Amino acid sequence: MARIVAGVGPSHVPAIGAALDLGKTEEPYWKRVFSGFEKSQAWMRECKPDVAIVVYNDHASAFSVEMIPTFALGCAAEFPPADEGWGPRPVPVAKGHPALASHIAQSCILDEFDLTICNKMEIDHGMTVPMNLLFGKIEKDGQWPCPVIPLAVNVVMYPPPTGHRCFMLGRAIKKAVESYPEDLRVVIFGTGGLSHQISGPRAGLINSEWDKHFLDNLSGNPQKLVKIPHIDYMREAGAEGIEMVMWLIMRGALDDKVDEVYRFYTVPASNTAVGHIILENKARKTAAKPKAKPKAAIKHKRAAARAKVDRVRA
Amino acid sequence: MARAQQHDYDDIPGTFVFDAERSRQGFGINMFCMSLMKDENRKAFKANEAEYLKKFNLTSEQTEAILKRDYNRMLELGGNIYFTAKLGATDGHSFQHLAALMTGSTQQDYAAMMLAGGRSVEGNRSRSGKNTPSKFLSAEPAKKATAKKAVKAKAKAGKARVSKPKSKAKSQKRK
Repeated sequence: MARIVAGVGPSHVPAIGAALDLGKTEEPYWKRVFSGFEKSQAWMRECKPDVAIVVYNDHASAFSVEMIPTFALGCAAEFPPADEGWGPRPVPVAKGHPALASHIAQSCILDEFDLTICNKMEIDHGMTVPMNLLFGKIEKDGQWPCPVIPLAVNVVMYPPPTGHRCFMLGRAIKKAVESYPEDLRVVIFGTGGLSHQISGPRAGLINSEWDKHFLDNLSGNPQKLVKIPHIDYMREAGAEGIEMVMWLIMRGALDDKVDEVYRFYTVPASNTAVGHIILENKARKTAAKPKAKPKAAIKHKRAAARAKVDRVRA
Repeated sequence: MARAQQHDYDDIPGTFVFDAERSRQGFGINMFCMSLMKDENRKAFKANEAEYLKKFNLTSEQTEAILKRDYNRMLELGGNIYFTAKLGATDGHSFQHLAALMTGSTQQDYAAMMLAGGRSVEGNRSRSGKNTPSKFLSAEPAKKATAKKAVKAKAKAGKARVSKPKSKAKSQKRK
């Protein structure tokens, strides 16, 4: 059985990719950002996932305003980096996992999440920057350490899916992965955010208190976060900060109880607050049998109680 | 531009939320910006801007905003920032240059503001004075929620008590 073992939440600021591509990582401004991901890369090397599902948003690269799918799952065999106006980023073409991806699509659609299926798709900085932050810099002719499954979420045109919907999609993805017969260790990325606004006269907005609160509740109290209405994200975390809902897909795909193993936060990277978290599912015992027992016991108790009442009446 | 419908997010100051209405109105602006992904189109645009823009079914206001590089006006008329940024890139500007332009400050001042932690949300939440922080930021509403739950639980307990005779009635019926 395949299993999601951990979730990671990194921001996907394009300037981070540019800094990496232009060799600026040692400059003090960027070193502050990149140093926060050194431990995460060591963690990822140890974690050795077989597949990574990356929840991200496209920024007018694969999708323009002609088609705006709310949830689009990449089922292709490979995903080339998109040309975002400066030529494609010098990163390897990402290999997909079409078998698991189409299994997830099928399972989720039957679970009432109507995903758009993409059999040909380019990926932009929204996906390649988080991959760099967690997998490190990899030359164009190299290879990413594992295949990836992109899940593009519309957070560009209002309204994006609600936080609750995102969380429930995460649940459906978890169910889908766990019903895949091959033993695979899967890591899921939720990317974007944290607080930032890059449009209009209010551009430059950062709300560290909001970000901290979001991170504080993500591991232990996600049910509080799923109730946040869109207007609160936009007022507090910026018009573009609303993309934080994507982190809730990642959280929904994990178990109820998780261990927060790492967190990093810094302001700014270009116009954005950079947030990062690693959440691990606890090691699972063979839980199937003990789970069934309590239910039976309750039934039994009820039956016993009913029998007792009948006896008294008689 | 007058909005067909007012939304709660229209109350956020200095912000043009790219919703379905703006997406519809700004289709031409965004498709024009998208065309700038190709080098030959960038060259054609630069050679004769007004002529190039005729291909995109723009209103005169939209054409004027693009020619004047009035980025806020483009957003107001349905442009989206991820698209209009491509026009900025065509002009050879960094994103921070555009951000500074939209906020009416110099790039140097804008960069300094970001380094100092960014623009504060205080005083920037609402045009109409809804400046109290989101209830999701404070611990108190959570307590309230648990209090509500407790009340609900009590109510349930109450119902349970009430329902007992009902179940008796049921069992009597069965007899």
